[in-house]
Amino acid sequence: MRYPFPVGTVDFIQGDEAIARAAILAGCRFYAGYPITPASEIFEAMSIYMPLVDGVSIQMEDEIGSIAAVVGASWAGAKSMTATSGPGFSLMMENLGYAIMTETPLVLVNVQRSGPSTGQPTLAAQGDLMQAIWGTHGDHSLIVLAPATVQEAFDMTIKAFNLAEKYRTPVILLTDAEVGHMRERVYAPHPDELELIYRKLPANEEEAKYPFGDIHGDLVPPMPVFGKGHHTYVTGLTHDEKGRPKTVESEIHEKLLKRIVEKIEKNKKDIVDYEGYGLEDAEIVIIGFGIVTRSAMRAVKELRKKGIKAGLLKLNVLWPFDFELIERIAEKAGKIYVVEMNLGQLYHMVKEGANGKVPVELIPKIGGEIHTPKEIIERIKDNLR
Amino acid sequence: MAKEIYTKYKMAKYLRKEALPTALCPGCGGGTVLNAFANAIDQLGIDPRDLVVVSGIGCSAWIASPYFLADTLHTTHGRAIAYATGVKVGLPDKKVVVISGDGDLAGIGGNHLIHAARRNIDITVILVNNFIYGMTGGQVAPTTPFGAITTTSPYRNVEHPLNIAETVTSAGASYVARWTTFHVYQLIESIKRALSVKGFALVEAISQCPVQFGRRNRMKTPTEMLRWFQRNSVLISKARNMSPNELEGKIVVGELVNREKPEFTEELNSLIEEVSKHYGLGDNNAD
Repeated sequence: MRYPFPVGTVDFIQGDEAIARAAILAGCRFYAGYPITPASEIFEAMSIYMPLVDGVSIQMEDEIGSIAAVVGASWAGAKSMTATSGPGFSLMMENLGYAIMTETPLVLVNVQRSGPSTGQPTLAAQGDLMQAIWGTHGDHSLIVLAPATVQEAFDMTIKAFNLAEKYRTPVILLTDAEVGHMRERVYAPHPDELELIYRKLPANEEEAKYPFGDIHGDLVPPMPVFGKGHHTYVTGLTHDEKGRPKTVESEIHEKLLKRIVEKIEKNKKDIVDYEGYGLEDAEIVIIGFGIVTRSAMRAVKELRKKGIKAGLLKLNVLWPFDFELIERIAEKAGKIYVVEMNLGQLYHMVKEGANGKVPVELIPKIGGEIHTPKEIIERIKDNLR
Repeated sequence: MAKEIYTKYKMAKYLRKEALPTALCPGCGGGTVLNAFANAIDQLGIDPRDLVVVSGIGCSAWIASPYFLADTLHTTHGRAIAYATGVKVGLPDKKVVVISGDGDLAGIGGNHLIHAARRNIDITVILVNNFIYGMTGGQVAPTTPFGAITTTSPYRNVEHPLNIAETVTSAGASYVARWTTFHVYQLIESIKRALSVKGFALVEAISQCPVQFGRRNRMKTPTEMLRWFQRNSVLISKARNMSPNELEGKIVVGELVNREKPEFTEELNSLIEEVSKHYGLGDNNAD
């Protein structure tokens, strides 16, 4: 098949546009959305592209309806996605929990803007990190990815679909207004270069009877999608392996929830991804994610020029969180700095990972602007004086 | 016990055996609606494998799931129609039915109801209206009659109820009807029509909740509530010649609308055809 955009070549496009194109390359054929700055361009691109690839993009009455329709379409068998920003992300929290509980593969893009509430609609922030991981109520797990460049937004969108399908879970692509609205050179792979994952379907009628049973021992049940005559029963209530509601049996609840959490946790090695720079000999390690790591990278290079052994750890996956990686770094480094565009969220996770082995200091910034390399350098140098 | 039920009641073949007996209170109208729905499916000869039934939260939501033997999606409070929208777009050839209550579909989920009707998406909604939030203990609903007693309007309800069927008619649905659990045969006929029509279809089934509503409003038994439905119902043809004063407190029953209109998923599919005709990329892999 052909695509309504260049593939196997480079283009110069916005992050939001890159996410839409990558989703289509990943096989996404259902999109439901509601307009919101700075994520609307994803929706607009989907509206243009989807009918050209025999897909559907629809506008719902709100973000609650958008993610609900996405869950419905996913059970109808389609790879499905929605995108939003802070206020819409808040509205999606309940049905995100439903998707986790019912093990529904979907991709939810949050192009972060500055909050709380309507905040600064056009300006970037990283204030939704904790919400992305813990925003929906109850015990749970899911996957959160964070791109720092338009190319990464593209690549991680494809990865998000693969992980969602592989582990039957919602995946959040946590980007921000800077990456979303920035134009950069992007290489869009040819479909032949891509390895796409599709959800595991039941091999036979017997397997279809256990939509929530670990029948293959890999913690991920095959998904008996609708319309095949399986009589699948799906509920957000606590359910047994057959999907039947079991709301007062504590052992069934524990078994279900532990599997949902463990299918992510035990596959951490397959899911987590990070990039290190200068970590081999770094005495000072900067840790961050997303757009701000580009400033941090520059800061690290400048510090190294001045003879300060600095390093960068850029986290591409924020959940599951690699606490052990942080601990290994903490064992070698003299000090860790966490750079983030909020008042301290990743900081707490890094502190937990560092486990008291090394001082961890936060370099926060809010208001919609990215830290400049100079701001990071000065803060570090101040401490060295 | 299950065996007895299955030989005695013909419609029980459409139910999930393991989910029986139902959790509905004795005298609840939910069973009547479930029975009417099963009869409609049976009479139309619809294979349950071609059905996806979606519901929200509350007593009436349980009619669809777990009780009905089909692909069923038991969703979050108020959002059933939005979930069903995704299902229908993904599986346009299947019958997608939403069964849920008044608080769920017209209260917290009212916006989805209105907009699905406006889109005229081919979903059949059976809205069980019992005037009350039953599962949570009998709180006031957007459908509770003016003056009625509930646990959160213990002195009297000072709000006026939403006319759901009229609202959905105005919003643009293809088919809208309202009956009560007293009018079982009419209810079955309307559900059949709702399932057959192409477009958004709503059947509002006024139903008795003697436990949470009747008990506090001088209708302790299901029989008293059904008599109230009988006495208070006015056929729509008659209601058209009645003044608002005369209609105060009455239940207008019948078919409010049955019209042909472009349907959403068909429009989406013809859009795909149009777009690929005018801007099509072809399916050769020449690049």
